[in-house]
Amino acid sequence: MTAQVATGAAGFLARYEGLKDHLPGARKPWLNTLRADAAVHFAARGFPTRRVEQWKYTDLGPVAQATFAEPLTMVEGALALPPPNAASRAVFVDGRFRPDLSTLGGLPFRATGLAQDLNDAEPWLGALAKPEAEPLAALNTMLFEDGLFLDLPDGVDAGLLELVSIAVDPGRPFAFHPRHLIRLGAGAKLTLIETATGRGQCLHNPVFEIEVAEGATLTHGRMLQEEATVFHLSTIYATIAAGGTYDNFTVAAGPRLTRNEIHAVLTGPKAACHMNGAQMAADGQHVDTTTALDHAAPDCASRQTYKTVLAGRSRGVFQGKILVRQVAQKTDGYQMNQALLLSEEAEIDSKPQLEIYADDVKCSHGATVGALDADSLFYLRTRGIPESQAKAMLVEAFLHEAVETVTDDTLRTALTRALDNWWARQGAAA
Amino acid sequence: MLRIEGLTAEVEGKEILKGIDLEVPKGEVHAIMGPNGSGKSTLSYVLAGREGYDVTGGSATFNGVDILAMEPEERAASGLFLAFQYPVELPGVGNATFLRTALNALRRAKGEGELDAMQFLKVARERMRALSMPEDMLKRGVNVGFSGGEKKRNEILQMALLQPSLAILDETDSGLDIDALKIVADGVNAMRGPDFSALVITHYQRLLDYIVPDRVHVLINGRIVKSGGPDLAKELEAQGYGAIQAAA
Repeated sequence: MTAQVATGAAGFLARYEGLKDHLPGARKPWLNTLRADAAVHFAARGFPTRRVEQWKYTDLGPVAQATFAEPLTMVEGALALPPPNAASRAVFVDGRFRPDLSTLGGLPFRATGLAQDLNDAEPWLGALAKPEAEPLAALNTMLFEDGLFLDLPDGVDAGLLELVSIAVDPGRPFAFHPRHLIRLGAGAKLTLIETATGRGQCLHNPVFEIEVAEGATLTHGRMLQEEATVFHLSTIYATIAAGGTYDNFTVAAGPRLTRNEIHAVLTGPKAACHMNGAQMAADGQHVDTTTALDHAAPDCASRQTYKTVLAGRSRGVFQGKILVRQVAQKTDGYQMNQALLLSEEAEIDSKPQLEIYADDVKCSHGATVGALDADSLFYLRTRGIPESQAKAMLVEAFLHEAVETVTDDTLRTALTRALDNWWARQGAAA
Repeated sequence: MLRIEGLTAEVEGKEILKGIDLEVPKGEVHAIMGPNGSGKSTLSYVLAGREGYDVTGGSATFNGVDILAMEPEERAASGLFLAFQYPVELPGVGNATFLRTALNALRRAKGEGELDAMQFLKVARERMRALSMPEDMLKRGVNVGFSGGEKKRNEILQMALLQPSLAILDETDSGLDIDALKIVADGVNAMRGPDFSALVITHYQRLLDYIVPDRVHVLINGRIVKSGGPDLAKELEAQGYGAIQAAA
């Protein structure tokens, strides 16, 4: 293969042109059409700039100006994996499924790499993602190679399952765009614990398409913990049917730039969506949580609580849109985002957005921004606790409050560990 | 011993302490009484090292060491303890974690080994029983959802655990019913001994029925205008601050 010289969007489009006959599923007309359409959308829009409303506070310039190559060809072999949180785990290296590192045997449902099961993915792949609206989804559709394909039949309680993504540093910038399809049949249940680690100059651009059928419950815990050289741009599309629940908790702590974008649609009565998280950034880092919640049915509830901690010269963004359609009477919506600024050079941009067309709804939102409370700090210090330790206690308290809403013990423990690790690293750096 | 000489201090540019002279010898309990706004709480905050309380003159030494130059945590390590009038609520910080962290910070500063969770619990439970505190107060957030009386008892519990050589009790009696007041007073009295001194700041004489002081000082308008034995407190209760203020 010839070396890519074009940068940014042009580089990715050139890559698509060169690779399209070799990408997984290249002989399937439906998939070729999907990819080709996505390429048209991506060519038309390129990477979003800050002139685009949804990207006003997050500058993708560093991504658009870089040149990313392919991940290296998969090599079998041992790799340092993060400690397991569950007996079943699906491991992806540079976005490619690694059966040799995964433990998915004996499961009473489909849990495979998407690339090897593309035939069955046709009804789901592209059903929710909107490449015409979100250029990153277009990029992902154009170039994805693999991803997690989970399909839980009606009534299956799958317990815990882990999704591990590792990016291995090949010594040059590279990009990968996994596409994860997750489908829960009626009444099915799953707790998915996701860990993303990785190093090197890489762009990790996953897209999730998640379907939660009637009465099903998906708990999705995410720990985005790549190193501070990594760009992590993830887009989740979720649809939740009557009586179903999608519960997302995301810890974003590590990458140079993190965008955690979630689009959720509540399509049937009494569906629920919880989107919570904690995002942290240290000097030179940028974290962005952007949610769009669509109440498209009556009697649904949504809850969002996000906490942001910013140290050094860093920037945090929270954008949360709640759309309550006219049909969505008796909607119960709540959104809260709180930011703790540990430095005078840190900046948080917070944009709640409520769009309500139904008249009988309960919808509230709030935002707080502040430094560490001086009274609390003084109180701790009068007890002999040194200032740095007192600060750490208050930051941990702020973050732990967010995790308290997580009911699954294993997941809560894992999330708490991710928060504490971040803070420990800050202490080590300071 | 605590020795304060000519101490002046201001808050937001306003002079509150206008020249305090005070000595609390080792092993003694002194009371500071005074009307609202006389500078009682300012004195306690200045001694504990709160930001925004600026010393403009004079000195305060504890066992011969200048405490005004120290960070709050260093003052604590040197044996000073402030029981707050309004203890701070710390949501998300467990009371047990807080108490153990404080105790271990002081032990570290003294070059003693730290207590693990089990060792700490044993000590804490003992102290809590003496203060009639339910054990679930260890599991809750620091002062979160505590009643006024529970918060004050939690302050006394911290004092009992941290074993200071000088305690400043800032209006520890405010908001307490008579039963809680007795428990708090018992907690303080249990600490009394040749190596413990206390400065009991109060508006009312009532607390001093239970914590009988060696000396009573009257603080009015940023100055100590009168000092005397325990009877001075009763005199004040009978005559009010007005009479002393007029005489001073």
